[in-house]
Amino acid sequence: MINNILEQLINGLRTGSIYALIALGYTMVYGIAKMINFAHGDIIMVGAYALYVAVALLHLPVVPALIFTCVICAVLGVIIEKIAYKPLRNAPRLAVLITAIGVSYFLQSASLLIFKATPIPFQSVINVNSITLGGVTISGITIVTLIVTTVSMIALTLFINKTKAGSAMRAVSEDMGAAQLVGINVNRTITMTFAIGSFLAAVAGILYICQYQSLKPTMGALPGIKAFVAAVLGGIGSVPGAMIGGIILGIIESVSKAFISTELSDAIVFSVLVIVLLVKPSGILGKKKNEKV
Amino acid sequence: MENLKKTFISKKALGNLVFIVLTYVVLNLLISNGILNRQYTSLLVPIAINIILAVSLNLITGFLGELSLGHAGFMSIGAYVGALITLHMNAPAPLELFIAIIVGGIVAGIFGFIIGMPVLRLNGDYLAIVTLGFGEIIKSILISLKITNGAKGLQKIPLYTNYKSYTIVFIIMVISVLAITNIVNSRHGRAICSIRDNSIATESIGINVSRYKVMAFVISAFFAGVAGVLYAHNVGILKPTTFDYNKSIEILVIVVLGGMGSIRGSIIAAIILTALPELLRGADDFRMLLYAVVLIIIMLFNHSKIKQGLVNNNTFKKLFRKSDEKVGE
Amino acid sequence: MALLEVNNLGISFGGLRAVDGFSISIEKGQLYGLIGPNGAGKTTVFNLLTGVYSPTDGSIVLDGVNLTGKSANEICRCGIARTFQNIRLFDNLSVLDNVKTALHNQVKYSLFSSIVRTPSYFRAEREMDKKAMEILKVFGLDRISHYRASNLPYGMQRKLEIARALATNPKLILLDEPAAGMNPTETQELMDMIRFIRDNFGVSVLLIEHDMNLVLGICEEVKVLEYGRIIAGGNPYDVVNDPKVITAYLGE
Repeated sequence: MINNILEQLINGLRTGSIYALIALGYTMVYGIAKMINFAHGDIIMVGAYALYVAVALLHLPVVPALIFTCVICAVLGVIIEKIAYKPLRNAPRLAVLITAIGVSYFLQSASLLIFKATPIPFQSVINVNSITLGGVTISGITIVTLIVTTVSMIALTLFINKTKAGSAMRAVSEDMGAAQLVGINVNRTITMTFAIGSFLAAVAGILYICQYQSLKPTMGALPGIKAFVAAVLGGIGSVPGAMIGGIILGIIESVSKAFISTELSDAIVFSVLVIVLLVKPSGILGKKKNEKV
Repeated sequence: MENLKKTFISKKALGNLVFIVLTYVVLNLLISNGILNRQYTSLLVPIAINIILAVSLNLITGFLGELSLGHAGFMSIGAYVGALITLHMNAPAPLELFIAIIVGGIVAGIFGFIIGMPVLRLNGDYLAIVTLGFGEIIKSILISLKITNGAKGLQKIPLYTNYKSYTIVFIIMVISVLAITNIVNSRHGRAICSIRDNSIATESIGINVSRYKVMAFVISAFFAGVAGVLYAHNVGILKPTTFDYNKSIEILVIVVLGGMGSIRGSIIAAIILTALPELLRGADDFRMLLYAVVLIIIMLFNHSKIKQGLVNNNTFKKLFRKSDEKVGE
Repeated sequence: MALLEVNNLGISFGGLRAVDGFSISIEKGQLYGLIGPNGAGKTTVFNLLTGVYSPTDGSIVLDGVNLTGKSANEICRCGIARTFQNIRLFDNLSVLDNVKTALHNQVKYSLFSSIVRTPSYFRAEREMDKKAMEILKVFGLDRISHYRASNLPYGMQRKLEIARALATNPKLILLDEPAAGMNPTETQELMDMIRFIRDNFGVSVLLIEHDMNLVLGICEEVKVLEYGRIIAGGNPYDVVNDPKVITAYLGE
């Protein structure tokens, strides 16, 4: 029983850290552009298909394939920003939100046209042996996932806090107008944010696809939405919040799948969102903001 | 004297009435002469259903100014409740259908109330996500319940609203659209529109913003439920997966294409977007892609310099004149 | 007893004491001014009086009714209406509909009656039209009642906001910098208008204003706020010559 609980916790930690990687993209974009990038979840899907194309169709070796995937996603993120979001920077939020939904829908239906709806099986490119610790087996992919997410998060935190580009990002998220006045290139900073967010989504996509080993056009939607829930749970706009929120959500999900009901686990995850928004809309680490009257 | 006439019936209402009756007569003529064949006749009910769905979603998106991504959820509640009623009742068909529509609508409205509650504290992006979440919760509940027959869904629902009964569906559609239009053009509708334009100012003139937000959600959910009941008795089978996120987006596309805050626009867009896939058979794979492109391009166009130029250009002023008048026809 | 009795009103945002020990008493039909340097907390006082913020301490009583802690819409129904420093109109509604929306609680009919268009709907709508046009006439906006609010020039938007506040049938109306952005002629017109509504609608007026000509021209009494506290009050001409007030504005 205890081993079972431990195993579920580890499973939760694994899915949770993938959610955290995706949530980082949501949170960074929200912090800077004050919009929910609805298409963010679909970047994961694009990443998974890109990896499939690189490995199964182009027969690239693993490392170049991974790089190819990450570059494709980062570039796609930037293109989306330039074409769809940038012209709407001063438009009402409803318009931006609808556009973002349109982009998400576009990516899904485009990949449906190209790759068809039938799921494509995919052989994991990460082959690491599992280890057993005191009766609990931890799979190789879990170990890799945990290591990769930890490293990415540390790198991102260092980037935001220690580099000049990182402080430009913090400045833009604090006050876009003021940042512009002190000579920060706002457009370039926003582009960079989208690139980094999409890069992290590609990493999440790779880890996700190596875990589930099957591709379909809508595969990004659900993890995307759940990662958004994680971002809200942790406090949208806050980078450490996204990490904490992702891990908490992953654990809630895997525990409810194992001990309550598989069908209802999605419903439980969304109930968490509703409850968080009702009790503490700013999330665990978020800042409260009121409209000035 | 002039006022007295106005009380009785306004010119505009009379015009609308004539238009509705004419539409119905023309439709009837077309069908009885065989100009509209079976294939097109069978589209009439889906068109009417989509009109109700779009107009009711417009109340939230166009007039209240909030984005709801769970409209298919409300529709599914109406569909299931209505289907369960007609499956388990033994009454004459019209009575059964009538009860199904009323109860289906009311239950969906109750869910609208439940979902409207979090709305009190949220707006914008958060609200959109919560409605999306609620839609998914409803779907998982439908899958896990016994009475809804889980993922397999309900079968053999009596076809009370198939292509032969387009008259009854037409009447229900007209009533629904008129009801929503009348609400929009009343003090209640003005309160809803003022929330969209400035909720703080709305509160400052003594209007309870929370109450009207919930009211908009309840009304919208009610009519989505009605549309759901019509849908269930049109296709005869129900599956939880029919009412997913994509269905909600499909309705949103109609509203956006028709113009947010324009009821007439919603009606026209519903007709076009329901008939188009049927006319362009074979291009079905491109339908979703087209929807996506429509959403993006309309949003970009609405906020582009090109449109500003057109609006300021006298030649095109007439085209956009509606935006100068009051919202809600 | 005065129309509005505010006692020892205060609010803290985190550690910041934005308004502290604010007391005021406004008589029926009085024109009262609230002045002070930028950031003194004048708008915060308005937000407290209209329920946008709930006060940390103190009490607000209007015409014998305790308003402390009530929500913004309840306070409006009790008789306090306001305008905003940054204009907040219903941009997509017509000028007429902006005012009709504010008549929401004056002329009523049920949801049912709006759906089926009962005679009471038509009667009430006609009454609303009449009342709204009367108010618009006061501000010279009746001729452009069908214009979209966002298409009005700035000065007219300010007037429309006052018209809208007036339509809620208030006992006290709060004007937040009504003359901001107006030229001297428009300001003169505005002063006449404020006197007119006081005389004809029987409302008291509390206004925030930086334009001293307006304050000296129409206010019968003023309070001066600095760092959230009242530093002077009384007759406007005495107050502007008070050394403490001059220091607050100009520094030592």
